[in-house]
Amino acid sequence: MKALVCVKRVIDYNVKIRVKADKTGVETENVKMSMNPFDEIAVEEAVKMKEKGILNEIVVLSIGSESSGETIRSGLAMGGDRGILVKTTNDLEPLNVAKVISKIVEKENPEIIIMGKQAIDDDSNQTGQMLAQICKLPQATFASKVEKNGERFEVTREIDGGLETISVELPCIITTDLRLNEPRYASLPNIMKAKQKKIEQIDVGSFGLNLENRLEIIEVNDPPERKPGIMVQDVEELIGKLKSEAKVLS
Amino acid sequence: MKILVIAEHDNKKIKPSTLCTISAGLKINENIEMLIFSDGSQDIVSDAQKISGLKKVTLIKHEIFKSQIAEDITKALTGFLESGEYTHILAPSTTFGKNLLPRISAHLDVQQISDIMNVLDHETFERPIYAGNAVCKLKSKDKIKVITVRGTCFEPCKKESENTVEVIDSSLTFDGKVNFVKHELSESDRPELTAAKIVISGGRGMQNGDNFKLLEGIADKLGAAIGASRAAVDAGFVPNDWQVGQTGKIVAPDLYIAVGISGAIQHIAGIKDSKFIVAINKDEEAPIFKFSDYGLVGDLFEVLPALEQKL
Ligand SMILES: Cc1cc2nc3c(=O)[nH]c(=O)nc-3n(C[C@H](O)[C@H](O)[C@H](O)COP(=O)(O)OP(=O)(O)OC[C@H]3O[C@@H](n4cnc5c(N)ncnc54)[C@H](O)[C@@H]3O)c2cc1C
Repeated sequence: MKALVCVKRVIDYNVKIRVKADKTGVETENVKMSMNPFDEIAVEEAVKMKEKGILNEIVVLSIGSESSGETIRSGLAMGGDRGILVKTTNDLEPLNVAKVISKIVEKENPEIIIMGKQAIDDDSNQTGQMLAQICKLPQATFASKVEKNGERFEVTREIDGGLETISVELPCIITTDLRLNEPRYASLPNIMKAKQKKIEQIDVGSFGLNLENRLEIIEVNDPPERKPGIMVQDVEELIGKLKSEAKVLS
Repeated sequence: MKILVIAEHDNKKIKPSTLCTISAGLKINENIEMLIFSDGSQDIVSDAQKISGLKKVTLIKHEIFKSQIAEDITKALTGFLESGEYTHILAPSTTFGKNLLPRISAHLDVQQISDIMNVLDHETFERPIYAGNAVCKLKSKDKIKVITVRGTCFEPCKKESENTVEVIDSSLTFDGKVNFVKHELSESDRPELTAAKIVISGGRGMQNGDNFKLLEGIADKLGAAIGASRAAVDAGFVPNDWQVGQTGKIVAPDLYIAVGISGAIQHIAGIKDSKFIVAINKDEEAPIFKFSDYGLVGDLFEVLPALEQKL
């Protein structure tokens, strides 16, 4: 069984982002980039499935510029078998990303497609579900546990009120939540080995898709700042302030 | 213009986030309708009758909608949309809406706008990016706008109406590619995290699940909901759905009390629209104090009992 794992290169989650002075976006020059943390969890899950013998091949896909190749490479170092880099210099919106992935799904015919539930840059939380609709496949989003049960997967999902378990037919799309697993660190020998693994490059233009953006970004701003607060000495003072100043307690 | 709000419910009541979604919709246009997928329980019908501001309420009835599987709802909803008269389709930005709406968006071949915080006009919206560390103002060029709404940014609409609910019996058949197995829902008498006026959250500093009892006493006195940081959830102190932050729940209560929480950007992302933030932490350098209105440096094991007693 083959898995396709989709990974996105994003600003590292530890970086404090800065909005550009001209308000067109956020500063990405000289900023540390990493694999989207949710996608790392996706890679880890695939590698675990391979270790359990459920999968025999893991294809790591990324869409982006040449440097997204590095992100694929880190997926290969974690245990992916080969990579596909769909090259584009444009920032694609989720719908277009889903369309491009659907072309790779047609070509590769994976039984399972795993990706993060959201990318921590634009926080859209759309691509997996859109891909599912485009490919007419079932989805199991926000997964915190995935188990093979006969010919189907049983997936526990994190929902607002607790957990939901569903059973999905293969092929299917799984999007990962934080508690699905803890991604491993790639070992040095595996990083070396990953350098030998193949990454196929495909130009996004070769799919003949219309990938025009639908959303026009007017401006990107800093969020409204909170006024600086004060320190209180003890519980009495705190309760006093909450009653008389903030008026949130009566 | 015509707006359709997809209702989220728990088979008993329409969820508060749906009421906030209706308010967001009303900022776009007053010609607004609500659509419910349910097995037709009388509770839902009676609750929907009361919701103010709606021009029409339709309920698509089928056994299968007892569990709200995205594939099943998508099938019925895409059929319903065939009339093509809606210009905006809205749902709350909850796990329900996030799971469902991108499928509808892809079906219509439009680019969804996730988690809007503000409506500027019928095609211009604001939404958070980078965990709310930046706000993006954007304009949609699509014919139909598919939108999820951040509930905490809009007041819930009132429930003072007497709507008629048009029930359509659905005779659709479903392919069973996805079957519901079970729910494990946290039972609690406390208010929902995202709707509570006061929220008190514990972090890794709580040390274990038992110590959350120290928060419970205070929450009882204040009628507050209890939340947690990711570290507290990951350590197994409390259930997953208590997590507040970028990847947990976004809250915006009148008062948020953070106890033993350091104030990582991912946690702040979920609380910074709160009116007042109180931080209790033994480390005076903790970043949470940069975001709090009232900071108290102290050991939570001393502060919490004193707080409970003095309230
Ligand atoms: C992709 C991604 C998404 C994330 N999403 C979220 C999210 O949604 N929500 C979230 O919360 N985190 C999230 N995180 C994790 C986040 O980065 C932090 O790791 C987490 O918030 C830390 O939790 P904490 O503040 O409880 O723990 P810590 O950072 O360990 O802080 C514990 C605090 O308790 C204080 N303390 C200890 N003992 C006492 C005592 N006796 N009295 C008083 N104070 C005490 C300490 O001084 C310290 O400040 C995410 C991370 C990633 C990578």
